[in-house]
Amino acid sequence: MSGEEKNVGLFVTCLVDLFRPTVAFAAVKLMSEAGCSICVPERQTCCGQPAFNSGDRHDARKMAEMVIEEFEKFDYVVAPSGSCAAMIKKHYPELFSDQADWHKRALDLSRKTYELMSFLTDVLDVKEVETTLNRKVTYHDSCSGLRELGIKDQPRTLMNAVEGLDLVEGENAERCCGFGGTFCLKYSDISTRIADDKCDDILKTEADMVLGGDLGCLMNIAGRLTRRGETVEVRHVAEVLAGMCDDVAPISRKG
Amino acid sequence: MKLNAHNFKENAAKALKDEDLQASLAKLGTGFPLKRLAAAARLPEFEALRDQARDIKDHTLRHLDFYLEKFECKVQETGGHVHWARDIEDGRKIVYDICESVGAKTVTKGKSMIGEEMAINEYLEEKGLIPVETDLGEYIIQLRNEPPSHIIAPAIHLRKSHVEEAFRKTHTELPPERNLDEPEDLLKEARAMLRKKFIAADVGITGANFMIAETGSTVIVTNEGNGDLTQTLPRVHIVLCSIEKMVPNLEDCATLLRVLARSATGQEQSVYTTFSTGPKQMDDPDGPDQFHVVILDNGRSRMLGHDTHDMLRCIRCSACINHCPVYQSVGGHAYGSIYPGPMGSVLTPAIYGLEQSCDLPNASTMCGKCEEVCPVRIPIPQMLRSWREKQWEDGPVPILQRLAMSVWAFWAVRPKAYHFGAKIKMRLLGLLGRKNGHFKSLLFSKAWTKSRDFPAPEGKTFQQLWSEKGGRRS
Ligand code: SF4
Repeated sequence: MSGEEKNVGLFVTCLVDLFRPTVAFAAVKLMSEAGCSICVPERQTCCGQPAFNSGDRHDARKMAEMVIEEFEKFDYVVAPSGSCAAMIKKHYPELFSDQADWHKRALDLSRKTYELMSFLTDVLDVKEVETTLNRKVTYHDSCSGLRELGIKDQPRTLMNAVEGLDLVEGENAERCCGFGGTFCLKYSDISTRIADDKCDDILKTEADMVLGGDLGCLMNIAGRLTRRGETVEVRHVAEVLAGMCDDVAPISRKG
Repeated sequence: MKLNAHNFKENAAKALKDEDLQASLAKLGTGFPLKRLAAAARLPEFEALRDQARDIKDHTLRHLDFYLEKFECKVQETGGHVHWARDIEDGRKIVYDICESVGAKTVTKGKSMIGEEMAINEYLEEKGLIPVETDLGEYIIQLRNEPPSHIIAPAIHLRKSHVEEAFRKTHTELPPERNLDEPEDLLKEARAMLRKKFIAADVGITGANFMIAETGSTVIVTNEGNGDLTQTLPRVHIVLCSIEKMVPNLEDCATLLRVLARSATGQEQSVYTTFSTGPKQMDDPDGPDQFHVVILDNGRSRMLGHDTHDMLRCIRCSACINHCPVYQSVGGHAYGSIYPGPMGSVLTPAIYGLEQSCDLPNASTMCGKCEEVCPVRIPIPQMLRSWREKQWEDGPVPILQRLAMSVWAFWAVRPKAYHFGAKIKMRLLGLLGRKNGHFKSLLFSKAWTKSRDFPAPEGKTFQQLWSEKGGRRS
């Protein structure tokens, strides 16, 4: 770590804010330990991806403008979600392609925005985590993080640094879980069918815990697993890395 | 084929319950993708070739008018004819007129998606001709009177028993007690039946994977060799293709061929790659007396220079289809268009209009797998999104959906009020959900809870907790 403290703005993401604050605390802990000072602007809600992917550019822009205004002052912007980080990093510049001033601001923000696992490993060069978890774990690669940001090795590097953690790869770890934002509501039956394939792939690994980096996907997978009566636990990878599994029950399960 | 895309939801629901179909799809989901992966791994320059393939198509599309005219000249030089078809009606008429001019009765047909687009079989039948599909898959679905469910494996939705049933029903001149248990038996029977048709045919129609401007040649790739018999035995060869199949020269064609089969079936090359250049020449041992190329537009030129321009790079390899989790779940017929899967969801609205196919661009998780495997690197999710934007601007979006988005957007840009409301709601949900950690059902979220538990929130929002802890705010 370089001596200077990095001023990081945490983009909490709406799902983490509402459903699983522990993930954000885990993110804060991991980054603080690596020498960052974390700020959480109150003026933040959603990155605008649901609007953007629904074709509602107007509302997407309004939300994007708010994020840009609020976060451009930081050295780095970090989100514990590949899909929200990709929205800011990849799609904000595209969203303002016809407005030169906003486009420039979007590009500037894009350059300093990271998904949490990528920020920890690629920027902060974290290689060690001080925690133990004696569990057999498998990992689900969420689509946006994987394909839009190239996040594949980063979470694995960190998981492998957890003492006792036994990582087993699913054959189709990279296959979509069927969440797809509003897709899971609009095409619920197809979404469920895809989620079932994902569940089967997870069960085949005989892992007792599945981790991932995107709460939307994790809620989808967990919701389907508990509905099917499966006992595999689902968690955000940051909870494990920060040693916070005792702070909160697995997703969709009672504490 | 008649478009049935507006019934996507019902079609999909039916498909999900169809056990035969699901068994076929399960095989497809692992078959082609694994083979593609292995083929790519065997070729170190595969990724570089994809870049080249993209650039070749981009260059050609930028100068499409030039290459189309050059192609036409070259075809004429070799003694062939080029016909321009603005739309399906035009195309059908051109084909029929050629058939009529030579007094054709039987027409053999190699696999052609443009033929499907024109529904040329139905049209020729109406006019009293006998069109016979010679690609095994196409032959089977022709007997069953159904559209293809995949662009390169048209009968992928069927099981062996379906084929046997279709053969017994149609080949009534054969002894009913014959054994058709093995796939080889079926193949042998189809081959024998088709042989007779090949000999009887007056006109042979094929598709084209590429048109080569430099030489005026058309190219098809097949694995059965039926295309060769279709185009060399009859007196007249008609090629059906569309404007974007153009490539400048043989060299470029070779580059595209190197990524085509690998992306499609994982083969290095298809078993047959056939180049057709004009009719039979003086010293040719065989070949057709007439060579016609029908070039269809049908909405494609409208895509040039617009949001879906890049889609015209498509070389119809089907990789996006084979890898799509939605296609793998519902199969091709659910899309109600001859072009299914991700490529179809971009192309169908362009050809048939967005109103007719408004579900298609939305029925995607945007997982991006299609773009990852597309040999010409078409940004399919981005194009699906551009259709969604068009719908949002002036198309049919369910009023409730619009309303929900507006309400969400209204609160999302008012953080103070949003956080206040969120605090109360999450507290309540957290308390209610504490017992199980999830909800089996929840007001207004049946689409989720029908098949999934809805995870309960922890109770307090992060924003609330951060404030309570006195965390840094600026
Ligand atoms: S869009 Fe790409 S992957 Fe899909 S069929 Fe066309 S070339 Fe192949």
